[in-house]
Amino acid sequence: MAGVLVFADQKNGKFRQVIFEMLGEGKKIAQHLGEELHAVVVGQGIGDYAGPLGEAGADKVYLIENAQLANYTTDGYSKALADFIKQEQPTVVLIAHNSVGKDLAPALAQKLAAGQASDVIAVEYENGLRFKRPIYAGKAYAHVSFTAGARPMVITVRPKVFESAAIEAGRTASVIAVTTSVSAADIRQIVKDVISKASGRVELTEADIVVSGGRGVKSTDGFKILEDLADVLGAAVGASRAAIDEGWTESQYQVGQTGKVVSPTLYIACGISGAIQHLAGISSSRYIVAINKDPEAEIFKVADYGIVADLFQVLPVLTEEFKKALAQ
Amino acid sequence: MKIAVLMKQTFDTETKISLDAKGQIDSTGVNYVVNPYCEFAVEEALRIKERLGAGEVVVLSIGSEQVESALRTCLAMGADRGVLVNDPALEGGDEYTTAQVLAKALQKEDYDIILAGFQAVDDGSGQVGPRIAELLNIPQVTIVTKLELADGKAVATREIDDGVELIEVPLPALFTAQQGLAEPRYPSMKGIMQSKKKPIDRLTLADLGVSAEGVGANGAKVSIAALSLPAPRQAGKIVGGEPAEAAVELVKLLRTEAKII
Ligand SMILES: Cc1cc2nc3c(=O)[nH]c(=O)nc-3n(C[C@H](O)[C@H](O)[C@H](O)COP(=O)(O)OP(=O)(O)OC[C@H]3O[C@@H](n4cnc5c(N)ncnc54)[C@H](O)[C@@H]3O)c2cc1C
Ligand SMILES: Nc1ncnc2c1ncn2[C@@H]1O[C@H](COP(=O)(O)O)[C@@H](O)[C@H]1O
Repeated sequence: MAGVLVFADQKNGKFRQVIFEMLGEGKKIAQHLGEELHAVVVGQGIGDYAGPLGEAGADKVYLIENAQLANYTTDGYSKALADFIKQEQPTVVLIAHNSVGKDLAPALAQKLAAGQASDVIAVEYENGLRFKRPIYAGKAYAHVSFTAGARPMVITVRPKVFESAAIEAGRTASVIAVTTSVSAADIRQIVKDVISKASGRVELTEADIVVSGGRGVKSTDGFKILEDLADVLGAAVGASRAAIDEGWTESQYQVGQTGKVVSPTLYIACGISGAIQHLAGISSSRYIVAINKDPEAEIFKVADYGIVADLFQVLPVLTEEFKKALAQ
Repeated sequence: MKIAVLMKQTFDTETKISLDAKGQIDSTGVNYVVNPYCEFAVEEALRIKERLGAGEVVVLSIGSEQVESALRTCLAMGADRGVLVNDPALEGGDEYTTAQVLAKALQKEDYDIILAGFQAVDDGSGQVGPRIAELLNIPQVTIVTKLELADGKAVATREIDDGVELIEVPLPALFTAQQGLAEPRYPSMKGIMQSKKKPIDRLTLADLGVSAEGVGANGAKVSIAALSLPAPRQAGKIVGGEPAEAAVELVKLLRTEAKII
């Protein structure tokens, strides 16, 4: 058996963008290996979820359906997938490096006695398969290879860095139902509650534009001005640790070495000085804009465009200008 | 309550990374610290012990003799003792081999709670904790920002992409610490004095009954074939003028020059 297997995590049949990014790169890996591209969906009531995966290039879609797998748990999902993978023996397993994947992948890899490359941002094909991943929070890259015979290669994939699969309308995968022996007794995690703090905005790590605020934003009200701009741009709002420590916004929005790593097309840093730990989280942004009243601020050394001014004078005008520009 | 904390020593997060002539990470002059996520774990362990008024906090690490300073920091914060696994055969290991060796060291004693960092800030892989939970066959919760204990169970608040979830597991269990779990204390003068007298056990693979064949470079599933550095970012344009003018100009530049809006 062989193949490149994408774990297609879903909520009510909706797949995050990163799943299509994994199918896109997964196809290239599969072609490199001369193998097929497969996807696996886990959950309950998932019978007709395969469509978009076939259109995005999956040759086979496996459905692991079980009432115990209706919601994600470490034990339930890692066991169901480990049993399946032991049987199918794919060469490569791709899992998103998000909150489910970060939890699932190492437990699964260990159940398979497999190696794992985490948070991969590029696949290199020249010297056998190599996986490029940031270390020291993006201050360097490791190019990781797997030991001969160490299979499967478990890879967690950073969202937003790979190109999405081309969609071929009407293309179908062969759909295969897989039975699993997972039962309630296998699952030791009980999900007591899920508290959504969803802002209605796009996910920070998946956003094309991020508007971020630091100590210079000065208050929770200050963040409202950033949110206005973000909403016009369809952007996510991020923050420096200083702003989080001050309690002006939720810790889930922290960007940097001990927060989220973002890779947007445009990162707008407002009242952020540019500490090395913050820069670690934004260095793979395509464009960085900095608004800071201190011309000496470190952030200007990495910004493509900078405005040296009071952010409270700049932002409202910026919001209006973007509104006008987008209306055209 | 007996609590184990897995601690990795890492470069200070202020460190600028460069490569030496051999293409390896240059560690000349680097300041070493307790991995920040492990610091959260140590702090949480101490708070649990303090809340219960009893128990023991043991800090375990794999590394060279250099790791003693990080272990002493944990002892100065208030941990009771340290365990340092140091063996030349561990050279070239990966998360898979590291987890195996730590699991062996953990099996020497019975712990109710094992705390790890959710990731190390150097390799950023976030694997060792979950792998150990699997090896010990105990439940785990990762990326935890709050931990409540009652009746032999724990309810852990776990960070998810758009909020948090509350997960109950029976003890013994393993948890990986995310920022927010517990703000680490600074060691007091008294703590620092006391730490000098606290024990650090030194173990080799032979002490753990682990053969060198399955660990280090021999047992690793992955290896770093090469290292590289990101292209340095260049300082770009300062958009001048009054704040309002600059804002108008910036939008224009993003449209016509960067072509992203
Ligand atoms: C182990 C460790 C991990 C860390 N991890 C992270 C991390 O993940 N993310 C992170 O962000 N930080 C992290 N930090 C903290 C980091 O070192 C900095 O302290 C932090 O990033 C500073 O945030 P800041 O830029 O908002 O605040 P400051 O450094 O205080 O900068 C505020 C800036 O706002 C500007 N300003 C003030 N008023 C205005 C105004 N009206 N208009 C325009 N500009 C204004 C000022 O000129 C200044 O440059 C970490 C630190 C450590 C030790
Ligand atoms: N050499 C080590 N010694 C002790 N604990 C470690 C070691 N390596 C990793 N860990 C633990 O595993 C966590 C995650 O590390 P990693 O999987 O390397 O990102 C760390 O925060 C530590 O708690």
